[in-house]
Amino acid sequence: MTSKMSDWWTQTHDSLYAQLGGEPAVDAAVDIFYRKVLSDDRISHFFEDVDMDKQAAKQKAFLTMAFGGPHHYTGQDMRRAHAHLIPRGLSDGHVNAVIENLASTLRELGVRDELIAQVGAIAESTRNDVLNR
Amino acid sequence: MPILSYGRDSWPIAEGQSVLDCLLERGIPVPHSCRSGLCQSCLMRAVDGTPPAAAQKGLRDSLKARNHFLACVCQPTENLAVASMEATAHDSSIPATVRGLELLNAEVMKVVLECHDPLDYRAGQFINLVRDAQLSRSYSLASVPEHDEHLHLHVRRVPQGRASRWVHEELRPGHRVDIRGPAGECFYTDGDKDQGLLLVGTGSGLAPLFGIARDALQRGHSGPIRLFHGSRDRRGLYLTRELRDLARSQPNFDYTPCLSGPEAPPGHARGRVHDIALQETGSLKNWRVYLCGHPEMVKSAKKHAFLAGASMKDIYADAFVVSPPGASDTN
Repeated sequence: MTSKMSDWWTQTHDSLYAQLGGEPAVDAAVDIFYRKVLSDDRISHFFEDVDMDKQAAKQKAFLTMAFGGPHHYTGQDMRRAHAHLIPRGLSDGHVNAVIENLASTLRELGVRDELIAQVGAIAESTRNDVLNR
Repeated sequence: MPILSYGRDSWPIAEGQSVLDCLLERGIPVPHSCRSGLCQSCLMRAVDGTPPAAAQKGLRDSLKARNHFLACVCQPTENLAVASMEATAHDSSIPATVRGLELLNAEVMKVVLECHDPLDYRAGQFINLVRDAQLSRSYSLASVPEHDEHLHLHVRRVPQGRASRWVHEELRPGHRVDIRGPAGECFYTDGDKDQGLLLVGTGSGLAPLFGIARDALQRGHSGPIRLFHGSRDRRGLYLTRELRDLARSQPNFDYTPCLSGPEAPPGHARGRVHDIALQETGSLKNWRVYLCGHPEMVKSAKKHAFLAGASMKDIYADAFVVSPPGASDTN
């Protein structure tokens, strides 16, 4: 979002990120989302041995991206970050669980369904990179 | 144009350029990833000058207090000297003299050190106690600089631990040692004075908590301060009288000794310390949590404190890792 073109776009349209409330909205969502992920038996085992501080920062980066906010993550980054989880059985079901947790976080924060669908679509777009296929 | 300094080098930094970009341009490797001030990979510390507030957004308060910042979103408007996190960990050593040694229980020795140069530290941070090039260990500071004249450490005797054997058997008042530091982010920060503080520790993890609790009281903290200290049996507890006295004299401070062994005499809770602490405190929404001691306890308590509502930024943890016999330079 650094080029002139995207500046013009954000100024003339309310971006998804702006409609969601920008960075304060991400801050509000990140702890709720991370708590849901840690409490979800389908996926919590992937988070057993991670540094929670680093993980919370990564969750914030992920949410910023899913909210349509400024980020510099590429498909390659998503691949690298999840490659070590593929031998541990990371699969579509786990991605579904993460996206569900994301949607229920947004519902809890009172976000409109239409915007939740847009966030879900951005998260969905990372699926093949996350699963390294 | 402001000047950016790193080590012995310095360069003018263009308006709008980030510290990260400026350093990378000069061939200085700085770990980084998101370039958006989110992932915290590019954490650095300002050793001179003040980083802009925008470069500290999202960092925990104790990191802000020690002038840490995120290089990717740091666009200095005034001169700034910066250091990497590694450089920060290798401060030069300061000589100190042992002023007192006192057994607090069968296995924990209180070591009182007089620094030859004033040491700018906060209760709960740690220093490295250095015997020689082969042997040094990190120990947390139980003393409060505004309150205690010297540094206080609690050194637990570790089976086959070379450093703790040196402290327990060879160190004598009057001996000269070197210390390095201080370091660590586990300390009290002014902020919301009404916020509840939950302090949970095992073994000599009481050292930083004893310091943090007294530091908070000294600074006029008005919210509840709850200290839970855990051990297997009574022999592992210490400073119990001091802590009970403190609880009597300070209405917002309470102390619960917890025993995980088969018996708990009156005045003690029975069970694992973090289970009891979390059970008794209930929701941790808007609480600040300090966890010190056994790595397994710290790890489990961190997760459960977060699930109980504490924000990640409000959880301060210090896991005491015991190094294998023969290894050097870790706790």
